[in-house]
Amino acid sequence: MTTAITDAHDTHDDHDDHGPAKGIGRWLFSTNHKDIGTMYLVFSLLMFFIGGTMAMVIRSELAIPGLQFVHPEFFNQMTTMHALIMVFGAVMPAFVGLANWMIPLMIGAPDMALPRMNNWSFWILPVAFTILLSTLFMPGGAPAGGWTMYPPLVLQTGDSFPFLIFSVHLMGLSSIMGAINVIVTIINMRAPEMSLLKMPMFVWTWLITAYLLIAVMPVLAGAVTMLLTDQFFGTSFFLAAGGGDPVMFQHIFWFFGHPEVYIMILPAFGVVSEIIPTFARKKLFGHDSMVYAASCIAFLSFIVWAHHMFTVGMPLTGQLFFMFATMLIAVPTGVKIFNWVATMWRGAMTFETPMLFSLAFVFLFSIGGFSGLMLAVQPADVQYHDTYFVVAHFHYVLVPGSIFAIMAAAYYWLPKWTGHMYNETLGKVHFWASAIFVNLTFFPMHFLGLAGMPRRIPDYSTQFADFNTVASVGAIGFGLSQLMFVWVILTAKKGEKATARVWEGSHGLEWTVPSPAPYHTFETPPKARIAGEAFD
Amino acid sequence: MRTIGQAELHGRGYLSTLRELFDGLIPPIQPLDGSQGEQSMIRNLFLGLLGLTLAGSAAAEWALNMPKGVTDLSLETYDLHMMVFWWCVAIGIVVFGVMIFSLIKHRKSQGAEPATFTHSTTAEIIWTTIPVIILVLMAVPTAETMVKMEDSRNPDLSIVVTGYQWKWHYKYQDTDVDFYSSLARSSLEARRKASGIDPFSVANYLLEVDKPLVVPRGAKVRLLVTSNDVIHSWWVPALSMKKDAIPGMVNETWFRANETGTYRGQCAELCGKDHGYMPIVVEVVEPEAFDAWVASQDAEL
Repeated sequence: MTTAITDAHDTHDDHDDHGPAKGIGRWLFSTNHKDIGTMYLVFSLLMFFIGGTMAMVIRSELAIPGLQFVHPEFFNQMTTMHALIMVFGAVMPAFVGLANWMIPLMIGAPDMALPRMNNWSFWILPVAFTILLSTLFMPGGAPAGGWTMYPPLVLQTGDSFPFLIFSVHLMGLSSIMGAINVIVTIINMRAPEMSLLKMPMFVWTWLITAYLLIAVMPVLAGAVTMLLTDQFFGTSFFLAAGGGDPVMFQHIFWFFGHPEVYIMILPAFGVVSEIIPTFARKKLFGHDSMVYAASCIAFLSFIVWAHHMFTVGMPLTGQLFFMFATMLIAVPTGVKIFNWVATMWRGAMTFETPMLFSLAFVFLFSIGGFSGLMLAVQPADVQYHDTYFVVAHFHYVLVPGSIFAIMAAAYYWLPKWTGHMYNETLGKVHFWASAIFVNLTFFPMHFLGLAGMPRRIPDYSTQFADFNTVASVGAIGFGLSQLMFVWVILTAKKGEKATARVWEGSHGLEWTVPSPAPYHTFETPPKARIAGEAFD
Repeated sequence: MRTIGQAELHGRGYLSTLRELFDGLIPPIQPLDGSQGEQSMIRNLFLGLLGLTLAGSAAAEWALNMPKGVTDLSLETYDLHMMVFWWCVAIGIVVFGVMIFSLIKHRKSQGAEPATFTHSTTAEIIWTTIPVIILVLMAVPTAETMVKMEDSRNPDLSIVVTGYQWKWHYKYQDTDVDFYSSLARSSLEARRKASGIDPFSVANYLLEVDKPLVVPRGAKVRLLVTSNDVIHSWWVPALSMKKDAIPGMVNETWFRANETGTYRGQCAELCGKDHGYMPIVVEVVEPEAFDAWVASQDAEL
């Protein structure tokens, strides 16, 4: 504790030294950004395993041709729920958890700006996902129309339909509140010397992400509300028989859906931009151009949505526009990749677990980027669309993309959270197992898609057998490998004591507080000089 | 008559060559319960893993790539696909090459001292400009193909394709010919859960219909695609043709097949529980044979 903090406490003694509350109340009523961050992260890990279990059901059924374990209807429930849980339950809350923990520490703020809303935005999530998961036990089963919820198919959902809509509303509510909190915190609570362009990249990418969230989550809420009124209140927004337009839903959904994919990847860019400089012992190359690139990506994400719809029958001019705009995204994304490589160039690299995950991120996200470029080419997309090629593409950007970045972040900041070094050997084994199995799972899917296997089918023709078996073996291996991650976390406290700096090459305000970070940090803003050293 | 399409991709692939090779070399594994499924799983696993190791050297094989198809536009699509693929490979070699070099050379254990540079405007202008140029080189031929795909004027034959949960209906315009096309009985029996029938023993498992769509070779066939219930998508890879079937809308598209043969595809848009069980089979025949077929259909009526 610095003297500044002690001084501040002298003026209101009754608040002195208040650490965490005891018992369950600490978590239920918490307004502490670290506790809430921890809850977000634990929740997302739980959802990762629930969604992962569904993936195991899917891959088991697809391991060999013929229907062995589940009925087609249940298979569709699994693919739908797997996607909803992984997107809204695992990836997004994990990044919000990281934001909660790290943004105040990185900008020298005592907490998030709106701590009570922070509590609320977290506690909505367990409710939302309890509702969503409960649909598995309802008559007619869980939603089975795909996470994209296209009408008219989604209107054939059984009793679970309104619960699906309500849970999506709740997830949106939680995201919007989380995003407001991030923006208000970053804009108002930075350390005195920290101008916007001096902010760490993770803070920057989260600021941009938060604006994306505020812009598009209400659009999703609107789209699903229209589904609800079409189903129960006699409207015909998307029903052709009543003069509506089923394709309009797709336009609205993807106006949300495309920025949504950047919501899931921009914070990952931020994480990787923190980690690579640390382990290359060299400053991030082109910090400002990284900011501009991320902003460009965010802007472009609003004008590319219909590339998800190249087969719905759009006018030629529309298709051309969306194709060109989509291709353009390759430029700022390329800048990001080149800047990371330039950061490594002539550095002095070491390869601790966070660095390994970050490097795998750069390699494998690039592969997802390449297939994304291929998908932008409209005539080729007509062939790839709704095949396993697309499944391979988005899993490459989401699993070794977003999820590897989350893992990297967890390893990177775990010593700051727990005060102990995790087991490095186990971390490395976890990394190599994950990296090998993730490729074994998803790389063959490119071949399956090109050979003509549609996505979302429970059974397939025998010519697709070989690569499906490989993918299933890879998936089971990847799933089991993640148990090592849990083991690393559970045993984290057994490691040696971590220093405040933790890593030899780390820079930034979060490394100026002790490890573990005290329950309250930066109760007075960090001195300009200290702050300046940390982020200059 | 030539038969290509999904089903035969495998037949031409290196995996099936390997399978023949290994079926000869290795005595079949006798599963304990005598089931076929387990045997084929072990065989698939083995060959699949082997195939993966060979994937790099066999990149030109069918099973790894998209079919070239049998229309002019499918060939153009294939060329565009390969063009952008090779661009990606080239960019990948450069970027990953620099990165791997750096990972080997610039490591602390090699005694590397970190440099202090933080930006270079020249470098950043170069690596913003070059991708833009590459994108323009990609976009121009792509746009040309798209314009051709859009031109469905003056067809020789028009067919209304209607998606149903879970079958297709075809109506030949200006004739009385119309019929449903659903999954063939052989597949219907084998597809049931734990049916005990080895899918490998069923010809064209899940890709056979009771009544295929028949079209003449060389004719410009216009499809008017719509749906009766939910959204489906009519897809035949060899014709490079995928169009969503949307209730309340009629989507127009066309193809001109240059070679006779049987071409197989599937519904590509999730449409409910039997989405995986509504295949498409198109038989392209000589024009005379087509006329005879239409006459025979009329006679049936």
